[in-house]
Amino acid sequence: MNTIVITIISLCAIGVASAIILYFVARKFKVEEDPRIDTVEGLLPGANCGGCGYPGCRGLAEAAVKSENMEGIFCPVGGSEVMNKVAVALGREVAVQAPRIAVVRCNGSCANRPRTSTYDGARSCAVEHSLYIGDTACAFGCLGCGDCVAACPFDAIHMNRESGLPEVDESKCVACGACVKACPRNIIELRNKGPKDRRVFVSCVNKDKGAVARKACSAACIGCMKCAKECPFEAITVENNLAYIDYTKCRLCRKCVAVCPTGAIHEVNFPERKTAPAPKTQAAKAQEAHTAPKTPAAPVKEEAQETPEVKKAAETPALSVEKETTAEATEKTPAPEPENTSTEKGGIESNI
Amino acid sequence: MLKTFKIGGVHPPENKLSSGEKIQILPVPEQVIIPLGQHIGAPATPVVQKGDSVKAGQLIATATGFVSANIHSSVSGTVVAVDNVTDAAGLSKPAITIKVEGDEWEEGIDRSVKPDHNITLSREEIVKAISAAGIVGMGGATFPTQVKLSPPPGSKAEILIINGVECEPYLTADHRIMLEKAEEIIVGVQILMKAIDVKRAVIGIENNKRDAIEKLKNLTAKTLGVEVCPLKVRYPQGGEKQLIKATTGRSVPSGALPIAVGAVVQNAGTALAVYEAVMKHKPLIERVVTITGKSVKKPGNYLCRIGTPISKLIEAAGGLPGDTAKIIGGGPMMGRAMVNPDSPILKGTSGVLILNEKEGTRKPSRNCIRCSKCVSACPMGLEPYLLMTLAGHNMLEEMETEKIMDCIECGSCSFTCPANRPLLDYIRLGKARTGAMIRNRKK
Repeated sequence: MNTIVITIISLCAIGVASAIILYFVARKFKVEEDPRIDTVEGLLPGANCGGCGYPGCRGLAEAAVKSENMEGIFCPVGGSEVMNKVAVALGREVAVQAPRIAVVRCNGSCANRPRTSTYDGARSCAVEHSLYIGDTACAFGCLGCGDCVAACPFDAIHMNRESGLPEVDESKCVACGACVKACPRNIIELRNKGPKDRRVFVSCVNKDKGAVARKACSAACIGCMKCAKECPFEAITVENNLAYIDYTKCRLCRKCVAVCPTGAIHEVNFPERKTAPAPKTQAAKAQEAHTAPKTPAAPVKEEAQETPEVKKAAETPALSVEKETTAEATEKTPAPEPENTSTEKGGIESNI
Repeated sequence: MLKTFKIGGVHPPENKLSSGEKIQILPVPEQVIIPLGQHIGAPATPVVQKGDSVKAGQLIATATGFVSANIHSSVSGTVVAVDNVTDAAGLSKPAITIKVEGDEWEEGIDRSVKPDHNITLSREEIVKAISAAGIVGMGGATFPTQVKLSPPPGSKAEILIINGVECEPYLTADHRIMLEKAEEIIVGVQILMKAIDVKRAVIGIENNKRDAIEKLKNLTAKTLGVEVCPLKVRYPQGGEKQLIKATTGRSVPSGALPIAVGAVVQNAGTALAVYEAVMKHKPLIERVVTITGKSVKKPGNYLCRIGTPISKLIEAAGGLPGDTAKIIGGGPMMGRAMVNPDSPILKGTSGVLILNEKEGTRKPSRNCIRCSKCVSACPMGLEPYLLMTLAGHNMLEEMETEKIMDCIECGSCSFTCPANRPLLDYIRLGKARTGAMIRNRKK
């Protein structure tokens, strides 16, 4: 009994003594920290993705508290909403930044871009890129090993098995830029999400001369300048045989989409064109189906998987030049292609 | 007890199918493609234009800077293009395309086969002649030879090591030249000894080439300072650092060049090219290439003009077998699969290997079982499993600390891995990225 009492009393005494020591140590070595950092950190999403360029959310919070005018400080995950809250908490004004999204600028699906070899090495785009041109004749296009998928911390990018290309899930993508850094071929770009999520972009990064690019992929940008001439807002520049649409200048008129002979320019999330004839609506659907998650095998969707040339031919049947390219594309499609090729061929003929 | 190197190494099946085949001359093709970047360093600058007529042996591109090499026409004919051409990896690279007309050689090139023993040139003249002839390391690394023969100030070579190891399975090009051009190689060795001013040379040959060892031993018996050193068969003995260790027992420190231990290593093929350049005034415009593979009808060794399409060589060997899975430029351990069989034979092409479906397909990769076989196999004493993981996560500083830059890319780790992990694929990537980081830091 006596031992127990002595033990309890001595333990309590040690506890009290330690508490006193700790109290003074804590006072002596106290680190002065701005309490606002904690407040700001609490407002941030806490994803620690590094998309802002700072080491995690705390890094951004520290930078936000330190900075005078919040310039260059933006959380892509939370967007303007969160940044406004942060600004209010700090009593500052924040510049409104349009929400952005990752855009995959390659349309070299299995149907558009015939495979020329079989890659047998490590399943990594970075490794494949360092070894050779890749399993198609395009030295710029998607390699399809999914480095971007592995890099995404938000599960927002996935490979489409049918096309062999990555697709961005618009509802999940926060534009952190992880996939942009992971892609060894710089195919993915962060672009403005656009009003009502509508965007127009060149879905190709091939800088080869037109004929070479066209031979490698039927949906390649051939640098023909038609879009640049058509654009009323001077938003399109063609450099190194490749068109680029400046999303800050683009007003989404979609005139470039209509003139592109290879269908390399994509429009996303636009409503169906009401005045257009029947084939056009199908083309618009095809474009939408390109980014939206696909459900295969429905008869309507078969048309949606047509090559872009087909869309073009359907839209402007009067132009003989484009008809020629379409014919060439059908001829060139080699026989031992994935199973959907045969149905596509049928589709092409009926459309012409 | 035969000599060999001490750390790591593997012994893959030798498969030297063509070692008994005499060197044959491959007919000159209708057209050759001569790339400007056939060596390590800056690509050469073309000095001919479209429409020019050239003779075999004529200079068509000059070295750009110190680490670069001259390039000569291997045929006579008309230049049809100075433009980008698809290389073996499918990428566009600058090259000179020449349409062949007849077979006229540049004046001054001695094409007689009689060996010439009388070395009259001085040290400087020899290095100059080698530089002019555009000679690069013929083992595959294609490092310009004149750079190796000009040691940095303050260092002095003590020994010349001739690499006749040919440790890559399947390849037999060096074996054949050591048998058929032995006298010339010995003269080439003497020229190289004079060029770097050394009194001793060692020719390292693996013990699976007994006939070559015998032949060179007989020839060197009366040659002062040149000795033949038979080595135990072990891959990668042909690696510069491994060969120095095996023949002399000296270890080259991490990050240092062989000259740090007083050694200069040259390939046997390079010695032959040096002989031809110095004694016969013939630039490097042809080389012996092995064409081999288990399904190949007639594996053999061919003397080919540089720029000959590889498809011509395959034709000479009886055509592409039906069960071909991969065409490899080089040997099975370090060679690279090619996508374009019409790409040309280069100065560094030691062999073309055709793998059938059974050999040429990789088995599926599984998880690392921590068996540490890769660690014991690595001839540089690295930890391949760790480097692969670091490369996968792009951890550049850590890779540098783990000495990824010491990796000689021999592939012993991938060869030995029981889980078929693509170790070398990732290490090569990590090495390239780490190297870029180090170069940027120096800027």
